[in-house]
Amino acid sequence: MNLYHYAAPATFYRLAGRWTPWFAWGAGLLTGIGLYISFFVAPTDFQQGEAYRIIFIHVPAAWMSMFIYLVMAFWCAIGLAFNTRLSFLMARALAPTGAMFCFLALWTGALWGKPMWGAWWVWDARLTSQLILLFLYVGIMALWAAIDDPKRGDRAGALLILVGAVNVPIIYFSVEWWNTLHQGSSINLTKAPSMATIMLVGMLVMAIAAWLYTIAVAFVRVRGLILERERHTDWAQEAMKALKEA
Amino acid sequence: MEWQSGTAFWSMGGYGLYVWGSFGVTALGVALEIGLLRSGQRSLRNRLQRMQRWEAQ
Repeated sequence: MNLYHYAAPATFYRLAGRWTPWFAWGAGLLTGIGLYISFFVAPTDFQQGEAYRIIFIHVPAAWMSMFIYLVMAFWCAIGLAFNTRLSFLMARALAPTGAMFCFLALWTGALWGKPMWGAWWVWDARLTSQLILLFLYVGIMALWAAIDDPKRGDRAGALLILVGAVNVPIIYFSVEWWNTLHQGSSINLTKAPSMATIMLVGMLVMAIAAWLYTIAVAFVRVRGLILERERHTDWAQEAMKALKEA
Repeated sequence: MEWQSGTAFWSMGGYGLYVWGSFGVTALGVALEIGLLRSGQRSLRNRLQRMQRWEAQ
């Protein structure tokens, strides 16, 4: 397999178009299964009652907000190093979804914090660093919107993303490095998860659904961006004709 | 997990506001993103067609 082949905008445009429905349907199916587990299979928590069910949204959203950022940073590094056109477009296509998941992590966290801690918000290290992540997302998108020249915008955004990437490990390890009100991670690679298996399964199903959703949405967005950038090429003119007829 | 009644399901043991507030806003966010994506695609298509016509002149 030749990766450079798929890095060509024309090839990737077609490939993304073919795969989008599969990711979208997969996301819908897994969301259905995940919601069923969240509400009808997972039992009541002995400490938190039914309020803990927020975890099925909260944790996948928080994971996605960090992971999407790292993926964006990866593509920006590739773009800056190899000057590949598609890489920056991937970052641009992912940012709005990352921002949405970041907002949802904070929102569901507030709704979980109120009944459990008695406060919607506290300035603890985990919450504060997650809020900074949201500001980074918004700042990056604002920067892109402010720069008219697409190539300069790509590079400026990429630099901001790479510098901001230092925040992701800070979010992840904040619960270990500082005394936080936020609990430590329930899952980690080196020790057994500190939660019931079915709760873990529900959370993972929701997380995979969020992944598939992100890929589907990012593919649709990146196809639009590719067409816009490549509109002077023959293949893009053909693709636009196909769009018109559809 | 067996719910005693529909009301019990909606009240979520007294945490209904928090649980449904979380799942509801998430559903809203996803619906909003998909809606914006659709309208964005439409306006992009129109913009590209306009630019094509303009550049052809």
